[in-house]
Amino acid sequence: MTMGPSRTFLAVVAVAALWLVAASNPSSAAPPDSTQIAIKDFMFTPNSLTVKAGSTVTWVNRDDEPHSVVSDTGLFRSGAVDTNETFSFKFDKPGTYHFTCAIHPRMVGTIIVQ
Amino acid sequence: MSDKTPRYSRRDALKCMAYGGAGTLFILAGGVFAPVDLAMAAEDKPGAARLGRPLFVQISDTHIGFNKDANPDVNGTLTQTIDLVNEMAEQPALIIHTGDITHLSKPAEFDLAQQMLSRLRTTELHTVPGEHDTTDPTVTAYFNRFGKASGNKGYYSFDHAGVHFVALINVLQFKPGGLGTLGAEQLAWLAADLKGRSASTPIVVFAHMPLWTIYEPWGWGTGDADQLMHQLRRFGSVTVLNGHIHQIVQKVEGNITFHTARSTAYPQPAAGEGAGPGPLKVPGDQLPKMLGITSVSVVKHPRSLALNDTTIA
Repeated sequence: MTMGPSRTFLAVVAVAALWLVAASNPSSAAPPDSTQIAIKDFMFTPNSLTVKAGSTVTWVNRDDEPHSVVSDTGLFRSGAVDTNETFSFKFDKPGTYHFTCAIHPRMVGTIIVQ
Repeated sequence: MSDKTPRYSRRDALKCMAYGGAGTLFILAGGVFAPVDLAMAAEDKPGAARLGRPLFVQISDTHIGFNKDANPDVNGTLTQTIDLVNEMAEQPALIIHTGDITHLSKPAEFDLAQQMLSRLRTTELHTVPGEHDTTDPTVTAYFNRFGKASGNKGYYSFDHAGVHFVALINVLQFKPGGLGTLGAEQLAWLAADLKGRSASTPIVVFAHMPLWTIYEPWGWGTGDADQLMHQLRRFGSVTVLNGHIHQIVQKVEGNITFHTARSTAYPQPAAGEGAGPGPLKVPGDQLPKMLGITSVSVVKHPRSLALNDTTIA
């Protein structure tokens, strides 16, 4: 296994490089993803999100129960989003977009596109 | 019912309904609950059989496709449930599935569920969808398989043994932040369907979500159910069956008996306990005691229906 040592070395270099990139990237200190909405404990968090036109919003389900993301106007409708799955939608036009979970309709949220 | 027949007070009826465990049995006679010796149902099977031929069995919330900790083997527990029904000394005339057949509305889940349910010796199967069956973006997966009975509307009625059965759908048209909805069109159809029927016709209504408000913060109810009850109140015997909450909750209101069934897949917490109505993980030996079916029998006279809850262990 003569390749072993050099592989290990390359891996160490690669990890070190990633660390350097992460450390030098100022956005790494900011919230992980400001266009992400977490679904946890039967709530959208945040339940109101303001983004710029053209942004893609991603919902990620952190519950043991599937949820869905359905626009009140029919603009978008995810299927069932199971545990750790995501749903994304790109908002092109400014406006206020209300959405709900069709499985648990008490869960509601709003996207404001500027 | 003669004057000499003992009448049971609402208090007695509520006492009777307090039983939530295996073998819960109660008889609805002319709109009044009569407690029945539970031991007879639980231990003396011939005794239970004398109560009448099972009219139908309600299966609910099979959630085929679910694979989380609360029950990694929902196929296994559904198989046990089907075996339980198939082993009944007298086979029910029909089977009612009150929704959440699948977990994620996937075609493969519907295929598997349909294949498994086809093992039932009783072949007449009536279904309503749950909200887990209608999450696909086009809301077609359920109707492609089970839409025929209702012309893809989700609601329909039929008669069997003098009992009028009404299947309703309350998992579409959610109002954000609200409960399930029947909608004006369905309620108008029901008014026409019930028009002219004798008040002595026993009515069985079934839908997925509870047709009365059990716990509003979790959406355990139907927003316009009062308009449904208004139509049902003139009938002498009404049995309202639901699933959705994976546990037994019962109520009597006048001549209307409300009953929710257990799931065959996993239990859910009692109303308000925890963050939301998700799967409840219980110790493995407890699980089969929290899964099961409801069987409904005609007792002596078509006006009397008896509900019997049975767990798979």
